[in-house]
Amino acid sequence: MTVSLIWDVLSWALILSGTFFIIIGAIGLIRMPDVYTRMHGASLIDSIGSGLLILGLIIQAGPTIVAIKLAILYGLIFFTTPVASHAVAQAALTGGVEPELAEDRRSTRDRETAEPTPPTSGDTPAP
Amino acid sequence: MFLIATLGITIALAITVVRAIRGPTVFDRILAANVIGTLAILLLASVGFLLGRPEWLDIGLTYAFLNLIATLAALKYFRYGDLAHDPRENNQ
Repeated sequence: MTVSLIWDVLSWALILSGTFFIIIGAIGLIRMPDVYTRMHGASLIDSIGSGLLILGLIIQAGPTIVAIKLAILYGLIFFTTPVASHAVAQAALTGGVEPELAEDRRSTRDRETAEPTPPTSGDTPAP
Repeated sequence: MFLIATLGITIALAITVVRAIRGPTVFDRILAANVIGTLAILLLASVGFLLGRPEWLDIGLTYAFLNLIATLAALKYFRYGDLAHDPRENNQ
């Protein structure tokens, strides 16, 4: 059990878990019902998928210039992808895309038999 | 191990392309384009390590900037209808 074997196993575990989160994020991108919820799957890929993958590649690269380039690449991804996600969300909201709420997704059978929502305060007082 | 990472990123790319084709609104497609850009950068890093040539990271660094600018330019065009629109001046 040399030290280099420990570093190898650690970097393989990080690369595999990063790939796992990237696939989970892509599945979320295709299965979610609305553009706002799909953005969550996209940000999963950007934040933790690429983070774990690049950290594994840094350990695999060793103390060379490639590790510094990878760290700069992750810093860039870390600062630019939330800006892009926020811009897409704001553009979709002012562009007229309505978020799909939980009440809209109830089936028609439930909507007919469901209780009406109770009135809020400020209505006519009880007799 | 790099082969498994490359295959996983390729599968995620294929799934995102399906979303880019199928998405009902235009914002779905812009979001999918942004994710394809980030996945392309990760694929460059992973294939570079797989083939023993990590010099391809420099292309990924350049493309990270370009990806952000392309997403913001596409959103500005779809919101204002014009790439040269200045929201601070009054429109005649």
